[in-house]
Amino acid sequence: MAFNSSSVTMTEVVLSLRKLNVFYGSSLAVRDVNIDIPPNQVVAFIGPSGCGKSTVLRCLNRMNDLIPSARVEGQIFYHGKDIYDKVVDPVDLRRRIGMVFQKPNPFPKSIYDNIAFGARINGYKGDMDELVETSLRKAALWDEVKDQLKKSGLALSGGQQQRLCIARAIALQPDVILMDEPCSALDPISTLKVEDLIHELEAQYTIVIVTHNMQQASRVSDYTAFFNAEPTEKGGKVGYLVEYDKTDKIFNSPQEQATQEYVSGRFG
Amino acid sequence: MTNRSFFPPMADDSLWQPNRGISRLVQRVIVVLFAIFALISVATTCGIVLSLIFETIEFFKKVPLWRFLTDNQWTPLFSNPQYGIFVLISATFLTSVIAILVALPLGLFSAVCLSEYAPAGVRKWLKPALELLAGVPTVVYGYFALLLVTPLIRSFAPWISGFNGLSAGLVLGISITPLIAALSEDAIYAVPNSLRQGSYALGATKRETIVGVVLPAALSGIVASIILAVSRAVGETMIVAIAAGQNPTLGLNPFVPIATMTAYIVQVSLGDTPAGSLAYTSIFAVGTTLFLITLALNIVSFWFVRRFQEKYE
Repeated sequence: MAFNSSSVTMTEVVLSLRKLNVFYGSSLAVRDVNIDIPPNQVVAFIGPSGCGKSTVLRCLNRMNDLIPSARVEGQIFYHGKDIYDKVVDPVDLRRRIGMVFQKPNPFPKSIYDNIAFGARINGYKGDMDELVETSLRKAALWDEVKDQLKKSGLALSGGQQQRLCIARAIALQPDVILMDEPCSALDPISTLKVEDLIHELEAQYTIVIVTHNMQQASRVSDYTAFFNAEPTEKGGKVGYLVEYDKTDKIFNSPQEQATQEYVSGRFG
Repeated sequence: MTNRSFFPPMADDSLWQPNRGISRLVQRVIVVLFAIFALISVATTCGIVLSLIFETIEFFKKVPLWRFLTDNQWTPLFSNPQYGIFVLISATFLTSVIAILVALPLGLFSAVCLSEYAPAGVRKWLKPALELLAGVPTVVYGYFALLLVTPLIRSFAPWISGFNGLSAGLVLGISITPLIAALSEDAIYAVPNSLRQGSYALGATKRETIVGVVLPAALSGIVASIILAVSRAVGETMIVAIAAGQNPTLGLNPFVPIATMTAYIVQVSLGDTPAGSLAYTSIFAVGTTLFLITLALNIVSFWFVRRFQEKYE
């Protein structure tokens, strides 16, 4: 199977995955992923369940470090520096590459403290009130919560909670935001709000989003990577990158037949 | 390591001055500190077990194991000493069985009542009240057994002796009821409502739902609470030392004075037995036996919970 990441030519690259293999224990979960992610673009990872798209996403800010059995081979370059280099402090990396999770996970703290938490531990020297306000404004949540900043983050609706989590990530003024199926626990209206938000954030941030929803991928992303999984001899499954290209190309004239079948809804 | 990032600078970097060097140092110190504290508690436990073992070995150098297991009297303080541990075990067994016969229905029914039938307002008050029972010092329970329960029983059956296993067991049961009730209630309360709704949707009554779905789902937690309560009853000291008498008697007669393992240990510890004497080492042998019994109970409980625990999302 050929990889078509080469068909994308980029002048500037924020993240660059080279021959990435991810193992859980001794079993290979994803093999040989090569992707270049350009700045200020939205890149979507799509594919059937178990194809390793979330696994790859979690490598980008070394969240997989937290899973004891996980092991990574190959390289991931962030602005040309290998993030798996021994001298890299994952804590420093995660300040620059933020993350939003599948289920909204606000802390059991006030809305204000949910946002201020990350800034405080990262030694933010600016005006905290201002940072909280800008972050909430950027996450399109300010108008809904400005009079109740002392209220618990858990008291918000699901969609608001997810936007709070996005605001929390933005507050660190990151470079890249990773989103792992950020809308899968939300209703359609909240989903629409988060999608609109992604469009607005694109101007300032590079966004990588994993989604099960192909319409969502085609709506929000500029580039799309299609992952698939194939059975291994040992009876497990291993994920791999089938095709990576501009989103309209993936959805309208993909190179691979598997991509064609997946985006037209014939499997997955 | 410096505070300078490995990665290229970003806009507004001057606003972010995390002190990563200090963070890393604190992180390392904390790990060491916690490890030390963890080691202290582990070392203490090991020390206790080791001292138990050494003194027990001393005991068995003088008293052969077969006498320990087959003598039918426990009289280590007499001039013609006998060392039948089953005399003490039978007393512990008796009081614990009576206690569990009392505590099981009381605790389980109050747990079901609290979690399934009681209105939220009542539950809010009743549960802490029940847990308060667990805070009563056991010496109070002991005098409660000796000065209230025993006279009450003797007013019906005057032939029962003033110190007896029955009232000690009954009060011991009351003292472990809150443990069973509170822990079982937690287990029952933790059963997700979706299971109850699933059962009601099949036309089950409330009782059928509780008996057929909720209790089985909470089984591992309930059994764990019972085993924990049993091991508490086995190890409980003050109540039995005060109310059951300190007269080692083989058999399961609840109406005569008996001495449990714990009561014997108290008796010898409080007396003026010289260290190193046979009577002195005998309490370690009894202590080891007690320790093995509660250890076995804890292992069973641990195994049971692991084996039968249901995981809900």
